[in-house]
Amino acid sequence: MLSLTLTGLKLENPLMLAAGIMGTTGGSLKRIAECGAGAVVTKSIGLEPKNGHSNPSMVEVDCGFLNAMGLPNPSYKNFQDEIDTARKGSVPVIASIFGGFADEFSEIAKALDADAFELNVSCPHAHGYGTDIGTDPELVEDITHAVKKATSAPVWVKLTPNVTDIKSTGLAAQRGGADAVVAINTVRGMAIDIETGCPILGNRFGGLSGRAIKPVAIKCVFDLYEVLDIPVIGVGGISDWRDAVEFMMAGARAVQIGSAVGENINIFQDISPCMEAFMAEKQWTLDDIYGMAHEV
Amino acid sequence: MKPVNVIITKVVDETPTIRTFFFDTSFELIPGRFVMVWIRGVDEIPMALSYENAITVQKVGPATSALFELEECDSFGIRGPYGTGFEIKNGSIMLIAGGVGAAPLAPLAEKISSNGAKITTLLGARTRDELLFRERFESVGELKVATDDGSEGEHGYVTELLEAQENHDQIYCCGPEIMMKKVLDIVEPSRTQLSLHRYIKCGIGICGACCVDGLRVCRDGPVFSGDVLKKTEFGVFRRNECGERVRV
Repeated sequence: MLSLTLTGLKLENPLMLAAGIMGTTGGSLKRIAECGAGAVVTKSIGLEPKNGHSNPSMVEVDCGFLNAMGLPNPSYKNFQDEIDTARKGSVPVIASIFGGFADEFSEIAKALDADAFELNVSCPHAHGYGTDIGTDPELVEDITHAVKKATSAPVWVKLTPNVTDIKSTGLAAQRGGADAVVAINTVRGMAIDIETGCPILGNRFGGLSGRAIKPVAIKCVFDLYEVLDIPVIGVGGISDWRDAVEFMMAGARAVQIGSAVGENINIFQDISPCMEAFMAEKQWTLDDIYGMAHEV
Repeated sequence: MKPVNVIITKVVDETPTIRTFFFDTSFELIPGRFVMVWIRGVDEIPMALSYENAITVQKVGPATSALFELEECDSFGIRGPYGTGFEIKNGSIMLIAGGVGAAPLAPLAEKISSNGAKITTLLGARTRDELLFRERFESVGELKVATDDGSEGEHGYVTELLEAQENHDQIYCCGPEIMMKKVLDIVEPSRTQLSLHRYIKCGIGICGACCVDGLRVCRDGPVFSGDVLKKTEFGVFRRNECGERVRV
């Protein structure tokens, strides 16, 4: 009832693990696959090994989490083994990749064997990467185009909400040949320790995830659905089955779950039967709820 | 939670390289759980509570060196406690501590002793001066000591005090990973609980930086049963800061 084909990938259900969560080791990705995710996305992988920002790199705030991990990764040269291990979980494994230029993205995509690529042009706190390039539609188009030429695997582009108009970057990704867009990455944010005035995150500022950003993400997905021909994958603050349904009604073909995994690693297998029961009761299919909010 | 500000009330030199920092706030002490200690402007690192209002720290790197600069009335941030602690058992108990690994085991010893357990502690360190919390262990049961340089007790690793036929209801172990791996090779894994150290970033089970295969040290651990660890890369590989697999 929940299975679907997304950019050519067969998914048992539309609930995926979001990038940056439990995505460093092949073993942790495999565990999430075995916990019922329809697909898993790796931690963002770059050209060279990177330690990331100093701690604190994540802190819980009202209604969500602030993080500034700083793209820690072992480089694509040390990552194929992890993808291969993750694939033992028997669900599609999507490699999230980042770079500073189109050439860097395509070098990584050429070298890695994954079921799809998710281009991280939206991390809000790594200088020279992520949002620094993802707010420029021309760069987004160039990078997408370069990766499409480098790989035959499907290419998804993860968008930042830290723009005036997310439709223009979504359209740029589509022009570049993207097979899907993923919306949204974290919302730029900051927290300060009032005992001392010291910013809490090691990087001083970071990105907000969790419940607080769900309405922002819903609106972004809604807007992207209106203008794009390619599928939109929704992500941002999903913590139960109702949230997942809401994203689909806004126009998401599938969704990703991130921060909520910390509290409940079994969230995927918890959501699936609840969604099925709800749809059965309403006599709806996934196709019925897909984009429903645009029709009423 | 955001970090709670704590003010240092007392600093105790435990050994030439290990200090206990007492502070003005008490936390619920379930031995084995950890807190994230934020030394502002420097780093945030995981530490076991050694008392309900103290952490016991060995000076090993930039963050702990910065902590060693702090004195009474200085402050740092704490969030937590996080993770799972030791499961409390009764009967005949063995504690195996290596170096600063004695920090979470000392409050555990006091807790299980108050339940009436019979405790034997094997305490190891590099040298006599580095034996941590020996009085705390001595006061609750039998203590056997090993030092790398032979300056006290058995000359060699603490594992040399361990006999293959150890027959205890439960063994608790914390110390360098190589030592814990040796322990696990000798004892009955299903009756052994071990507390792991890994590079921890989020501390709340989200980022995955501390994973041992699929297990989150910060959330599923840091205390694991030996039979669970037997099936993992524990004792063989760990992850460095960028997530690369490296030999222990």
